Amino acid sequence: MTHIVYVPIDATARSVGADDVAAAIAREAAARGEPVQIVRNGTRGLCWLEPLVEVATPAGRVAYGPVDVADVAALFAADFLRGGAHPLAHGRTDDITWLESQERLTFARVGITDPLSLADYREHGGLRGLRAALSAKTGSDIVEEVVRSGLRGRGGAAFPAGIKWRTVAGAPGPQKYVCCNADEGDSGTFSDRMLMEGDPYVLLEGMTIAGLAVGADQGYIYLRSEYPDAERTLLAAIEAARAAGWLGRDVLGSGRAFDIELRRGAGAYICGEETAMLESLEGKRGMVRPKPPLPAISGLFGKPTVINNVITLASVPIILDRGGQYYADYGMGRSRGTLPFQLAGNIKRGGLVEKAFGLTLRQLVYDFGGGTASGRPVRAVQVGGPLGPYLPESKFDVPLDYEAFAAAGGMIGHGGLVVFDDTVDMALMARYAMEFCAIESCGKCTPCRIGSTRGVEVIDRIRKNERRGPNLALLRDLCDTMTHGSLCAMGGLTPAPVLSALEHFPEDFQR
Amino acid sequence: MSSDAIDQALAQSGHLPGGLLQVLHGIADRLGHIPPEAIGRVAAALNLSRAEVHGVVSFYHDFRSEPPGRHVLKLCRAEACQAMGSEALAGALERRLGCKFGETSPGGAVTLEPVYCLGNCAAAPSLLLDGQLRGRLTGERLDRLVDALVAPAEERA
Ligand SMILES: Cc1cc2nc3c(=O)[nH]c(=O)nc-3n(C[C@H](O)[C@H](O)[C@H](O)COP(=O)(O)O)c2cc1C
Ligand code: SF4
Ligand code: FES
Repeated sequence: MTHIVYVPIDATARSVGADDVAAAIAREAAARGEPVQIVRNGTRGLCWLEPLVEVATPAGRVAYGPVDVADVAALFAADFLRGGAHPLAHGRTDDITWLESQERLTFARVGITDPLSLADYREHGGLRGLRAALSAKTGSDIVEEVVRSGLRGRGGAAFPAGIKWRTVAGAPGPQKYVCCNADEGDSGTFSDRMLMEGDPYVLLEGMTIAGLAVGADQGYIYLRSEYPDAERTLLAAIEAARAAGWLGRDVLGSGRAFDIELRRGAGAYICGEETAMLESLEGKRGMVRPKPPLPAISGLFGKPTVINNVITLASVPIILDRGGQYYADYGMGRSRGTLPFQLAGNIKRGGLVEKAFGLTLRQLVYDFGGGTASGRPVRAVQVGGPLGPYLPESKFDVPLDYEAFAAAGGMIGHGGLVVFDDTVDMALMARYAMEFCAIESCGKCTPCRIGSTRGVEVIDRIRKNERRGPNLALLRDLCDTMTHGSLCAMGGLTPAPVLSALEHFPEDFQR
Repeated sequence: MSSDAIDQALAQSGHLPGGLLQVLHGIADRLGHIPPEAIGRVAAALNLSRAEVHGVVSFYHDFRSEPPGRHVLKLCRAEACQAMGSEALAGALERRLGCKFGETSPGGAVTLEPVYCLGNCAAAPSLLLDGQLRGRLTGERLDRLVDALVAPAEERA
């Protein structure tokens, strides 16, 4: 009997040696005369256990990790191919509490299937959403299903996806586009990457459904250049989907056309902002456009354009398959469905937790995350990327719901959490926020371009105790100018991490 | 040689609507940088002004105008990696390589660049070495990586 062994091909797993582990398993199996088939799956999202090796047993998949090349011989000696006991064994993967207590809707297949296998995709529920969309009477039936689901944009601004689609569908003109924002620039976020590497077809399927809904026949994926693995996977997936007739002139034999082209960004954080992304897709500098016009009316090459984040689009197939109500039954308040939260930074058990809205930071940081990796107390958590505020422990019990969290001074954004222990210098983090803005500003508005550079200088003076009082006042003034005088959220929200550091950790500015 | 690379990149992506970035990537993938002669050639082929092409090259961090060293090491300096000690690694790298971020080590072995998040934030700190992602870095692991890049003779020089 051939043993099936899963070794993730996800970039995080590879960054800690998964390729070498896969090779070592193949070598050892050959030496022992054990017939083994190695499947390179996506990641289960238990990043602290990567490389997480699984073996198929009659009782289900059994997990071992983190596996080092040096462990491989011992694993064979322990008969791991038949689920044997070993210090790195975690039992059945599906029973691991961390995974078992999640609600995986968007990430249902990630880590389970071979990302590029069309057969795996079909067998695990793939294409059902697209078939439902193709049998819908009109595009607006599709749009209304997405409206019913309550799905909101997962890229940061949380705008209702269905409403945006309605605008594009209603905009006049024969040529429309669907653009997937795969720029994922926020530190602490990797859900887009894991999805694209682990289940690329679901993104292609979601984009195709969006195209059918609004009457677009061309899609673009704008992928950041920092993700070479995702690029390789997506290019292969697009090619395979075309060859299988899932994409192209005649999608699944329906007579409807939809195709997708991948475009690589070039290392500019601002190109995640949707209008800068459009400029970049048009081959220009990534300068933010004033709104209006909305991209939904005049977007790529001046045509009506749907712009959605990877996770937004990848959540659409299950909505079409199971119905909007099924998705809306998860969550709380106006935050419906699930969000793949990403636990990062100084955290013991980092990785991807997809859960319905409504849980708390405390659950994520402690129950899932297990506290810090360093073992020291948690001091601050930055939620929502570099433009998100730093939150102290007193905010950990607010439910993660867009409105409730915002009311408490937080921002869910793309769902990334970066944990810091008590060795962090929050004045330095505030300085970094300004520095990052100075580096990544598109340069269009003065408060953002100049204000951020001045911000760095002022914080340096505060840290050196030069005229500290007046400089603290100046810093607040600068933040005020940036908040109110910036065209986009880059300049407009950079003050958020700075002011939160001042508010919650003032002692760090007084050393 | 650089002329071939420019031709190939234009043949591959020159027809794409708004495909300037893809053409520039095609050149950078082949040559490691965008040589000065590429600006005029690309501008002519895509019917753009030289100023437009130059503007795009200078806007994006990915496009270098100078050839890089034999290896390109991009250390992540964003928040999640900072929370796991990346700044200490950054300092150690600068001292070891004898160059600052944005520069190439004196012997030409390594170009050191910052990068802001590699999507590996649950296995921080991280770097990209010649396009290969490495996570859970420690000072010791980084030392070993750099050992393999920098020839001993060069370090003495
Ligand atoms: C500075 C800045 C950076 C952004 N970066 C991203 C990004 O990397 N990915 C993303 O999906 N949205 C990003 N956004 C949000 C986009 O502008 C836009 O709201 C989003 O792509 C729309 O898709 P959604 O409605 O599905 O979220 C960014 C916004 C700003 C202001
Ligand atoms: S706020 Fe900054 S990034 Fe946004 S448009 Fe103005 S200068 Fe550009
Ligand atoms: S912050 Fe370094 S990989 Fe994300």
